Amino acid sequence: MIRTEGLTKRFGRITAVDGVALDVRDGDIYGFLGANGSGKTTTVRMLLGLVLASSGRIELFGQRMPAARSRVLSRVGALVEGPAAYGHLSGRANLLLADASGNRAVRGSRADRAARVQQALDEVGLGGVDRRPVKAYSLGMRQRLGLATALLREPDLLILDEPTNGLDPQGIGEIRQLLLKLHAAGTTIFLSSHLLAEVEQLCTRVGVLDRGRLVLQEQLAELRQPTGRVLLRSPDVPAAGRLLGSRLVEVRDDQLVVTGDDPAGLNRWLVSHGIRVLELTVERRSLEQTVLELTGSSADRHDRPSDTADRHDRPVS
Amino acid sequence: MIGVELRKLFRRPRTWLTIVLLDALPTLVAVLLAITHVGPRPGQGPAFLSAVLSNGSLFSVAALAIVLPLFLPIAVAVVAGDSVAGEAAGGTLRYLLVRPVGRTRLLVAKLAAVFVFVGVAVVVVAGTGYLVGRLLLGNQPLGASVSSVSGSALTPGQLAWRVVFAICYVAFSMLGVAAIALFLSTVTDSGLAASLGALAALIGSSVLLTLDAARSLQPYLPTRYWLSFIDLFRDPILWRNVERGVALQAVYVAVFLAAAWANFTTKDVTS
Repeated sequence: MIRTEGLTKRFGRITAVDGVALDVRDGDIYGFLGANGSGKTTTVRMLLGLVLASSGRIELFGQRMPAARSRVLSRVGALVEGPAAYGHLSGRANLLLADASGNRAVRGSRADRAARVQQALDEVGLGGVDRRPVKAYSLGMRQRLGLATALLREPDLLILDEPTNGLDPQGIGEIRQLLLKLHAAGTTIFLSSHLLAEVEQLCTRVGVLDRGRLVLQEQLAELRQPTGRVLLRSPDVPAAGRLLGSRLVEVRDDQLVVTGDDPAGLNRWLVSHGIRVLELTVERRSLEQTVLELTGSSADRHDRPSDTADRHDRPVS
Repeated sequence: MIGVELRKLFRRPRTWLTIVLLDALPTLVAVLLAITHVGPRPGQGPAFLSAVLSNGSLFSVAALAIVLPLFLPIAVAVVAGDSVAGEAAGGTLRYLLVRPVGRTRLLVAKLAAVFVFVGVAVVVVAGTGYLVGRLLLGNQPLGASVSSVSGSALTPGQLAWRVVFAICYVAFSMLGVAAIALFLSTVTDSGLAASLGALAALIGSSVLLTLDAARSLQPYLPTRYWLSFIDLFRDPILWRNVERGVALQAVYVAVFLAAAWANFTTKDVTS
């Protein structure tokens, strides 16, 4: 669906994106993670042909970008770095204008334009919006309008940059449901975000960008494999500790970390020895742990040289 | 796409406000002339003003002469300078381009919209001038002949044709400004900077026109032949400067459009 090789972008002496090889497959919900300033937005802009790559190649739907941009982009819906609309027009007028833009192959027929716009507005929860101009919209409404523009032509691929920015928790939930619905209907979704929780809840595949380099690209299920340890909570910590002996790895307050991958068996064994069990879970790596291990400090941090030296000397935990 | 751009341009209150303000100055001049009946002496002041006291229908041309040196170029530079830079500043440029609208296509549509704006502005100014002139100033019967700049009489039919030519010539003179502003608009993300840049070029040109030492440059300055539309009211019409003016504007349009295209189609859109 999206495939890049050695994608590189230099702005003057700064290399914003360095040799990125993305591989987004048909039917993925791909979470594109990275700190602020790590090059996510530049990468997204290169995928969409807004920024021209310094070197490397980009393929969308198996066709070269930006050479095939008119054919490729007509199948893509995008939200790049926040929504934008003409402030003096209403949301509906903005969508009507967007729908009328582009060449004949891109824009839909004029006859069902109003219906298409209404459907897109309905989908993002703005179906009953009045005639007030967009400049009077809240940030959340603008975000929904931006999504409506992206959905206007039922795209095969959605490229979304921080789509839940500015939305309240209910709004975030709604957008998540909408994306899952679209995905179930066959849309591939490329979601760029710095919100790990959002990506963890939604995505099937994850890529992590750090200072312009792709440091990880993996199925989320692989990343979240059990660690081979079980987390046990019990009111009888000392007794449990004695019983477990060498299987006990670590004690954190009332939680014991135990080696083993069979919580059910462990439970039976503990209970049969008179240990009360409050909670028993298979330990999984969290996405946050993985990402923090792979990436350095936030890219919008600019310490003095001595400070950064300290940070680099510090062993990776 | 041109239709979309025209809708955007003419649904923006700012566009109409600009056109209204363009009409305000000639109207004020007409009111003052009607009240005081003090016209500039022939050969002084804006062209044709001395003639309008006896024939108000000439005020359409006089109105063009009034707005041509400064007001009209400002309006055109503001609209053209805002055309691409305004979209960039508002963030809508990236959404247009991923729609996708081809960059060349977008530029052509912007250009066409600006050209239409120039045409509408010039026609509205001339039309308002005609109405105001007929209502407030000398109202000789429509059928009466008018004396040309050279002194001989022009029939109403001849006059009408020359006014139409003049309107076209003034509109065409503005295309050079439009092209310069459009080029700058692809360079910067600030519409204001693009508009002021284009105006700076025009002011520079006007300054050099007054300087004898710059005589060798003068035939190539964008504002050099702007007022040559007066030659259309000589008898017989003096075509030489009008032809040069048209050719010069065509060259400016071609050069700056090519530059705008080359810049815009290869540029990183990071707005």
